[in-house]
Amino acid sequence: MRTVIEIEIRLYATLKRYRPELKVGEPLFLNVDEGTTAKRVLEEVLGIPAKVVKTVFVNGIYRDLDHVLADGDRVGIFPPVGGG
Amino acid sequence: MARGYRQDETIIGNGVFAGGEFHMSKDRLQERIRMLAEVEGDIEVISLEQVKVLSSELGLSLKEVELAALEACVLPRRYLRNLGTVGWDGQARLLRSTVAVVGLGGLGGYVVEALARVGVGRLVLIDGDAFVDHNLNRQMFATESNLGSSKVQAAGARVAGINSAVEVVGHAVEATPENLPRLLEGSDVVVDALDRLPTRIMLQEEARRQGIPLVHGAIGGMVGQVMTIFPGDEGLYALYGRGEVPERGIEVELGCPTATPMMVASWQAQEVIKILAGIGEPLRHRLLLIDAEAGIMDVIRPGI
Repeated sequence: MRTVIEIEIRLYATLKRYRPELKVGEPLFLNVDEGTTAKRVLEEVLGIPAKVVKTVFVNGIYRDLDHVLADGDRVGIFPPVGGG
Repeated sequence: MARGYRQDETIIGNGVFAGGEFHMSKDRLQERIRMLAEVEGDIEVISLEQVKVLSSELGLSLKEVELAALEACVLPRRYLRNLGTVGWDGQARLLRSTVAVVGLGGLGGYVVEALARVGVGRLVLIDGDAFVDHNLNRQMFATESNLGSSKVQAAGARVAGINSAVEVVGHAVEATPENLPRLLEGSDVVVDALDRLPTRIMLQEEARRQGIPLVHGAIGGMVGQVMTIFPGDEGLYALYGRGEVPERGIEVELGCPTATPMMVASWQAQEVIKILAGIGEPLRHRLLLIDAEAGIMDVIRPGI
């Protein structure tokens, strides 16, 4: 049986452009299948190339892109920042 | 009386800092400091002017006089507003410390400014660049009149103007795997104020090899991040993995606007001061993420 979970996404900095309808700081709520990885949300749902993002953080903890998401997870997606 | 001090001057000036003779000289120096001390609130302080007089009279560096004053429980008044936070011991630790700042751009300039003002005794400054006009929007030491001149030189001049007790060792070279081992040697903390991800990782590697804590900061747009990385911590690897990293990040698109380096460099300076003075909790195993545009700050921890 297919189980759907709800996750909360926050896009930071330049990644906001992938959901231009969101106000600054506004989270995005998504329903995805149980067992979905961060990478799949990134690439298939949000259309963000995985090479742009190295890590995501889930409930305040860094996870790699193979991390399997759970219901209620808060997912932050942050691009590399390198300027000085 | 004055003659007696001139004899001491020779002893101290020759760098004889151990043994009975030194103790006698230091006692005399501290006695002199106490005589010049003024009462401010419930503590004794000594003015910058008097520190300078003693320094030139006795042939000691300003730092040596300031340290002798601190040991005699007389606070150099220039540090009065530090005292409540860093304490007597913390101030002395700061003065005895060496901090290497790698990169003197947006972040490095403000970090150096803060460390000189707080009274870090020795700064090792590393940057091979000269100022160009697009640095003027944000780089603390860039002025219209020093365009084309070395960032290290400008930083040294600025520090001398802010706090002449601070010893500056400038290296007008780009940090490389070949020169970093030598340049970082003897530092108590290293500041990552670079602008390329691979170079930042190289710096983390060398700091780890030498067992020196590293304070990382990076900016792009109105976004910044700060993390303190102790030797053996995952540090930047937790963020970017151990594979290849991009050369640059969002700053390519968003640039480095004026106030962002101030915001992140302030946090970096706080981290350095905390580590050196032995106060507070460093941002260790925690990445501080600041998105000033969204008005959000987050502290992210690495997964185990």
